[in-house]
Amino acid sequence: MSEDRSLARRVNCVVNGTAQAAEVSVRRTLADYLRQDLGLTGTHLGCEHGVCGACTVLVDGRAVRSCLMLAVQAEGCAVTTVEGIAPDVVTLHPLQTAFAKHHALQCGFCTPGMLTTLLEFLEEVPAPTAEEIRIVISGNLCRCTGYEPIVAATLEAAAVMRGGA
Amino acid sequence: MKPPPFAYHDPSTLEEAISLLSTLPNARPLAGGQSMMPMLNMRFAQPDHLVDLNRIAGLDGVTVEPDGALTIGAMARQRVLEQHPEVARRCPLMVEALAQVGHRQTRNRGTIGGSLCHLDPAAELPLVAAAMEAVVRVAGPNGQRDIAFADFAQGYMTPEMEPEELLVAVRIPAQPAGAGHCFLEYARRHGDFAIASVAVMLVPDAVGRIAEARVALGGVGAVPLRLPEAEAALRGAPDVSRAVAATKTLEPMEDALVPAWYRRHLAGVLLGRALVIAQSRMGRA
Amino acid sequence: MTGGTAFRDVPRLEDPPLLRGRARFVDDIRAAGGLHAAFLRSPFAHAAIRAIDASAARALPGVRLVLTAADLNPHLTETRLKVALPSPAFRQTLDRPVLASGEVVHVGEAVAIIVADDRYIAEDALSLIEVDYDPLDAVADCVAALADGAPTAHQGAPHNLVGDFTLGFGDPDAAFASAAVVVRETLSQHRGVAHSMECRGLVAIPDPIEDRLTVWSSTQTPHVARRMLCDILGLREDQVRVVTPDVGGGFGPKLVFYPEEAAVAAAARLLGRPVKWIEDRREHFIAATQERDQVWDVELAMDAEGRILGVRGEMIHDHGAWTARGLNVAYGAVSAMPLAYIVPAYRIRSRSAVTNKVPVTPIRGAGQPQGVFAMERLLDRAAQRLGLDRAEIRRRNLVPADRMPYATPLKTRGGMQVVLDSGDFPQCMAEALQRADWDGFRDRQEAARVQGRYLGIGVANYVEGTGRGPFEHVSVRLEPSGRIFVATGAAPMGQSTRTMLAQLVAEQLGGDMANVEVSAGDTATSPLGLGGFNSRQAVMAGTSAHVASIKVRDRVLQVAATLLEASEADLEIAGRAVRVTGTGMQVTLAEIARAAAGLPGFALPGGRAGIAAAEEVVIDPMTYANGSCVAEVEVDAGTGNIAITRLSFMHDCGRALHPRIVEGQVLGGIAHGIGNALFEWMGFDDQAQPVTTNLAEYLLMSATEMPHAISIGHLESPTPLNPLGIKGVGESGVIPVAAAIASAVEDALSPFDARMNRVPIAPHDVVAAMLGDAAR
Repeated sequence: MSEDRSLARRVNCVVNGTAQAAEVSVRRTLADYLRQDLGLTGTHLGCEHGVCGACTVLVDGRAVRSCLMLAVQAEGCAVTTVEGIAPDVVTLHPLQTAFAKHHALQCGFCTPGMLTTLLEFLEEVPAPTAEEIRIVISGNLCRCTGYEPIVAATLEAAAVMRGGA
Repeated sequence: MKPPPFAYHDPSTLEEAISLLSTLPNARPLAGGQSMMPMLNMRFAQPDHLVDLNRIAGLDGVTVEPDGALTIGAMARQRVLEQHPEVARRCPLMVEALAQVGHRQTRNRGTIGGSLCHLDPAAELPLVAAAMEAVVRVAGPNGQRDIAFADFAQGYMTPEMEPEELLVAVRIPAQPAGAGHCFLEYARRHGDFAIASVAVMLVPDAVGRIAEARVALGGVGAVPLRLPEAEAALRGAPDVSRAVAATKTLEPMEDALVPAWYRRHLAGVLLGRALVIAQSRMGRA
Repeated sequence: MTGGTAFRDVPRLEDPPLLRGRARFVDDIRAAGGLHAAFLRSPFAHAAIRAIDASAARALPGVRLVLTAADLNPHLTETRLKVALPSPAFRQTLDRPVLASGEVVHVGEAVAIIVADDRYIAEDALSLIEVDYDPLDAVADCVAALADGAPTAHQGAPHNLVGDFTLGFGDPDAAFASAAVVVRETLSQHRGVAHSMECRGLVAIPDPIEDRLTVWSSTQTPHVARRMLCDILGLREDQVRVVTPDVGGGFGPKLVFYPEEAAVAAAARLLGRPVKWIEDRREHFIAATQERDQVWDVELAMDAEGRILGVRGEMIHDHGAWTARGLNVAYGAVSAMPLAYIVPAYRIRSRSAVTNKVPVTPIRGAGQPQGVFAMERLLDRAAQRLGLDRAEIRRRNLVPADRMPYATPLKTRGGMQVVLDSGDFPQCMAEALQRADWDGFRDRQEAARVQGRYLGIGVANYVEGTGRGPFEHVSVRLEPSGRIFVATGAAPMGQSTRTMLAQLVAEQLGGDMANVEVSAGDTATSPLGLGGFNSRQAVMAGTSAHVASIKVRDRVLQVAATLLEASEADLEIAGRAVRVTGTGMQVTLAEIARAAAGLPGFALPGGRAGIAAAEEVVIDPMTYANGSCVAEVEVDAGTGNIAITRLSFMHDCGRALHPRIVEGQVLGGIAHGIGNALFEWMGFDDQAQPVTTNLAEYLLMSATEMPHAISIGHLESPTPLNPLGIKGVGESGVIPVAAAIASAVEDALSPFDARMNRVPIAPHDVVAAMLGDAAR
């Protein structure tokens, strides 16, 4: 039994508020578990070696690279992916709204990682400076935008979130 | 780029972890995973057994010793240390260095122990350990032993540890009263491993002269280096240019991206700048 | 009355699904019963393959198929990728194989495909294939490749010359004989990688019942991919559908048809099951095409007043190991060089050299950054010699606005004359200089020097051929649901192509973009298409959409007039209905479409069936966008760090269909250009082994390296070549940036007489320039 558990095991975690349980191979990355086992394909794999940041998700509220965690390590954790950011199917989160308004995404492949990274950050730093935002997204690569629209969107979203309900 | 097959173990006690590492063939420990997981994904590391240390309770504490030293558990996350008030008070050099360690997402997982054991010659935390004269505690089947960091950092990415041993804690003497510190590095991009880095600690005497100087350099050798000639030049009546000139004897490694001479040159430039900052922060004992 | 959607910042259709994580990229497509592929790739830059033993890989549980060239080729009707654009300049045919056999010619070349139950197992099996390689001399450098006695990159090849052409006009030798000043430089640009954040990939889904194949591919050219798949697999066009899902960036390399696409599609058909292959980042470093390696030896002749008399020289272009596209990058570079200026005489010989490196095809800019770099560096040198301000020497030579349209003596690769259609280049540069406070810079520089700080400024101009023809397909159809269905051969990869087309269609058809459904890059919905490259889709697809929409609009009004018994002149389309102006009478688009769909035995309104139009508006001449970039830098005299303190960019792409998207394209290009100037270096050792194969070693720009003060301005010189007056913009930002930055760094280092003739410029290059041997 213990030998079995060293090769595959059932993982229980809460993803975007929903309890999930699935049998996974121990070498499966958290990113592949989310994408392939749960069908949450919003989390993107851009490099699989921890540099590009596209796969960033929140694990117990902390932004982490899901390509650098094993699915089995998420046992008992609460995971938030990009699919869990908007409050409902109609409304977008203020950060998402600001991204659209400022053209902070073009191809959109890096966007999920940007959003999750910034969500954790804005929780901690509600009134950031542009320079603080640049530093916090320096671990998220984007080839399309030149980043400055993302900084502008984040500044605006922060203001909305501070003032909003 | 998917990890190779391995058997996974997540022991809940240190003893169990050491026992697994001692008995299983080709077993490797997994700490924060921010270096190990890329190596697995690229299949540069191909362990038969992976022993995950993340479920072991009590390995991530930060405690203040009676003498003011910090004892930091090996599994303490870099991001926790970055925000920890006692670390800020007793080892501001580390906080300064942590801001340069990777990115927020990697610091959320990365641990101090993992970084010290990985021992990248350009990494920030080993340099801090060298400058602070840290002592690491290693546990193995035969119990625990303490090793001065200078002895621990044995060679290029090679810590003085047996495969069945684990680093469990690092003891960092408190920054002496009035000491001026500075951590500086130069990397092409924010969060990259430094091309060269320097950690400086200037310890004053009662009248504010430099009683002890510590100069540690990263990226310019196989391991973080102390520069005794520079330290000697700084004691008493400091001769900064002689201290900086001591970097000329360094023999950094050459690679495809950065010529060795440039790393040596940078070491001197950064040391000069760090000394100015450290001196400005120095008070009296 | 118009819909009010074009030429303004409307919300993008692409955004909501992308922001919610509900978009559909190729790796998000899960086909029932799908299998996963991985490729065994050559670890050698050049080696003979003596033998391959795949038996252990085949025996691994979970492995479904292993194919080497010997296994695969009998199933193919064509074993090589014949993709070369025609050119009389070719000196060798280098069509690459689907899988290597006998010889590998670059690190990363595919040797075998493994299909398994999942990617993890497929990668496990890679290490079980034993290949007996016999390493051969590798050609790592394009200049050395053409030297006498150089080893050949391909065994048995007569030499390493693959392309040789001379582009020129006038009498350059006479110009040089009469010149007051001649400057000559050797200039080079290093190779870079495209690095779209999404790598390449495809899912091939066979349908054994109908003997068809659907291929979802992250490609910029789906119609080309279909043609290639038909050729290679021996299928008819109606049997193969290639469709692009959301594409996570392209930047050039995804316009190429690759060996992996053929191998995966063949494997899927052999297995009768869907097969997915997703390129990982390490593969992107060694198997996706690259660009920029060129070495220019060029000289410029000026008269005493600083007017250009002529340009001549040679350029050697690194072609890589195979012909994956053509000689177009070399051609684009050489033809871009003189374009912004009045150059009376010109002659550049370009030779393309085969090397044992990843094949070269266009990456954002496609040779034009190199051509501009050559011209701008020479102009700086000439200004130095003549004691002229660098802006002034350019002012004296830019094609003036009153000469537009300006017929240059150049010809395009298709043999058509290059005519600069519109623009005011001097005004564009003047506004860039003004944004940069060029005139106040010397004071800033001197004040900084007093403090021991080194500031520099540089300027560069460019003209870019955009809107590569001859056409792009767009069809517009009003469906009985009242929805407007638009299909195009254009292939989006992040440039907002769907939004752009919906803007133009809604502009004519009621202004409700939410009522427009755009199918882009799908061979099932568009019979023809060229796809996405060369800053062409807004120009070509936009024009076809515009013309088709007007035709549909006319037809809508015709049918509505019948239904409402009103005159067409009194009708307006508003939202999803047509109403009689000033009355409450209206008929919905759905009712109009249903009426036009016909009823058995009843007359059709207007005597025609349906409401649709398809267009392939043909525009052969390219439309030329232009711009000017001024970079201001501060060089750290200690570390050699180059900080861009201010970047001012003026550009002119005619009318802007969506100003914010246009600005986004320019800014993204600028970031790429800074990367080329300072950061991005795809290194190879002397055996052509890549030395930068991860994103920690190959430095992409991150947010902290972007200049904080970027000022982008727009001029609008509408082109007469299309009814919208628009020019392409996707590649413009990248083109002048490296030249401007090199100029600025050189200016900052003028006390050291430094020359920045090569990009990227590393900090150790700066220190070496300042300290010389003293640094070592």
